[in-house]
Amino acid sequence: MEYFIQQTINGVTLGSVYGMIAIGYTMVYGIIGMINFSHGDVFMLGTFAALIMFLILTSLVAGMGVAAMLLVMMATAIVMSSLWSWVIERIAYRPLRGSFRLAPLITAIGMSIVLSNFIQVTQGPRNKPIPPMVTEVYAIAGVTISLKQILIVLITVVMMTAFWYIVTKTSLGRAQRATEQDRKMAALLGIDVDRTISITFVMGASLAGVAGTMYLMYYGVATFSDGFIPGVKAFTAAVLGGIGSLPGALLGGLLIGLIESLWSAYFSIAYKDVATFSILAIVLIFKPSGLLGRPEIEKV
Amino acid sequence: MTVISQPPRRPSDDRLKRALREALLAGLISLGMFVLYVGLQTTQDIRNQLVLNQRWGLLAILVALAVVGRFLIVYLLGPWFAARKAAKAARAVGAEAPPQNFLRRNVGWIALLALMIFPMAMLWLVGPQKSLKWVDNYGVQILIYVMLAWGLNIVVGLAGLLDLGYVAFYAVGAYSYALLSLYFGLSFWTLLPLAGILAAFWGIILGFPVLRLRGDYLAVVTLAFGEIIRLVLINWTDVTRGTFGVTGVPKASIFGIWSFDFNAANSFGKLFDPELRRPTLNSAYKIFLFYVILAMCAITAMVTIRLRNMPIGRAWEALREDEIACRSLGINTVTTKLTAFSIGAMFGGFAGAFFAARQGFISPESFTFHESAIILAVVVLGGMGSLFGIAVAAVVMIGGTEALRELHFLKTLFGPEFTPELYRMLIFGLAMVIVMVLKPRGLVSVRNPTAFLHERKAVSSAFTKEGHG
Repeated sequence: MEYFIQQTINGVTLGSVYGMIAIGYTMVYGIIGMINFSHGDVFMLGTFAALIMFLILTSLVAGMGVAAMLLVMMATAIVMSSLWSWVIERIAYRPLRGSFRLAPLITAIGMSIVLSNFIQVTQGPRNKPIPPMVTEVYAIAGVTISLKQILIVLITVVMMTAFWYIVTKTSLGRAQRATEQDRKMAALLGIDVDRTISITFVMGASLAGVAGTMYLMYYGVATFSDGFIPGVKAFTAAVLGGIGSLPGALLGGLLIGLIESLWSAYFSIAYKDVATFSILAIVLIFKPSGLLGRPEIEKV
Repeated sequence: MTVISQPPRRPSDDRLKRALREALLAGLISLGMFVLYVGLQTTQDIRNQLVLNQRWGLLAILVALAVVGRFLIVYLLGPWFAARKAAKAARAVGAEAPPQNFLRRNVGWIALLALMIFPMAMLWLVGPQKSLKWVDNYGVQILIYVMLAWGLNIVVGLAGLLDLGYVAFYAVGAYSYALLSLYFGLSFWTLLPLAGILAAFWGIILGFPVLRLRGDYLAVVTLAFGEIIRLVLINWTDVTRGTFGVTGVPKASIFGIWSFDFNAANSFGKLFDPELRRPTLNSAYKIFLFYVILAMCAITAMVTIRLRNMPIGRAWEALREDEIACRSLGINTVTTKLTAFSIGAMFGGFAGAFFAARQGFISPESFTFHESAIILAVVVLGGMGSLFGIAVAAVVMIGGTEALRELHFLKTLFGPEFTPELYRMLIFGLAMVIVMVLKPRGLVSVRNPTAFLHERKAVSSAFTKEGHG
């Protein structure tokens, strides 16, 4: 039983990170109906921004508190991933709006290759380990829970609440939802559609930046290829929860995290990615609208 | 970094001002983008701790490149593109294409002839030792990709189904040949069709449940299947030997008459002088492989061209242009997609079996998602659907990356630790993005549907959304 609870805690932590990345997929898919394939690599850029900022802080500023350091790292990661995502949208996706549907998907794959190879070329292909930042561990009734796990879940809850508020209560969120429903009509009503789409990309990317910092703090290592597998898993989470739905992305992320950690615990660790990918295929085949999504009506 | 072309309505000094402003902005943005990733490099010191390496010079070069590039695009290229576009629009719609000369009409046959004499010419020009590199690294390598890209072209280019896991069928073919020949001793020529059939079978198994999905969902599911197959190959160590790979895959023989094994009784080398035997046998094998893959490519091309003129090929192209219209006209989209998927997979399987015979060693490393992306890039860059364009793209991209290894002068330019091969995928990715943005339907040529009901419209389908216009 304790083992199960332990694995559940690990799964929830992992799932929070996936959920945060999944928000980026789900928001972009919701608004322009496109799989932003490079989002996983934007997350990886966030991880590297946090890593480099960590090294700057440890080498230049002595004796900085861990909390302040995490905040600066997170801010850097948010700024970097947002900037990159904004530029990518401008260069690779916006010129193809209104082209045939596979076109932006192909540029997105191209961008994903560019980003991971850019980091491989500039930062080198090796793993980048950092010393552990947060080491406190609490033991409650035979179950250990570390401070970094609590932090990750807490930050996820805070970020999700903030995003839920922005999307449902502010005028920006209203503009986003209007653009999602009917781009032409939204434009006629005075919404700057291009700007709204850009902001959506930036919002998703900033969450990816937060997720990147959390990932670095949790695992203490970064590699250029880190974007691919977490990216596909987060996309799976977005699809599982119902693509286009914010609570769905979080729910999907948590489910994927739980499935992954429980599968590794009780079946085989080697096939945990196979389990995730199979779930993606099964969900798409039997319930393409996901758990919380609305079924899509095909318009002619 | 904004739109590629702007109408040149302003006077030129105004344009200069705008170009300067845009260039400055581009410089600032690229400074922000690169300052952490290029300006600072994380490296491990002797105690295996991460330290930062400062590279402000490189950062300055990149930012300067962005400024100059953006300035040139806005100031010179933008107006040029706009002028060309206007000239193109002014030309009469549906004007007769200029009559093609003999060279253009028979380009396929000429290319085939040139490829037929290529290995012999190389042998004669540079001798058996050096010709190895040209025939194997360039010729065979490029032709494998041509074959793969032509196979994927049936799925992506003709039927418009984005398959990101194509490499899975390549892997199925390669492992079918390697394992069946090692465990059961079957020969290359028995296993080549079998590998294709097995891959096609897998195409049907994987395709059947997912083909009801829309384009981009299909892309992700095929990617997932590709990864699943790779992970199974890694983890099913009893049969596939996991990451260590399968070694000692038997060579192909000349239809079982002559063998390319040096010690075999019917060795092909026995036909040559005793002292020349080993190197000659090796280059003879490579030349033989070259002709095998050339024949396989020719068959792929022939089948594709024939299929394109058959009802099923027409149905594929119609499906690519507008799925909803297809369904309302009574085309069974599931079987149409499934045939495209399985025929494409079959050619992937053939190429895989050939790859295994050529390498003599296969491991899951050869079948990563990057490989799928390379094949897809070749198809996209060549112009989806156009066989000639894809072949040219394969020569440029695969031959180009092979040639990157040869550029030793770059080392003197950028320092001794500069390895051009590292930039291979970066260039690939950039090329994918740039070509897609500038020419959404391919760099080299455009393949319009074979059958048209009426004359071509002023607006080509490349400029309209799927299901519109």
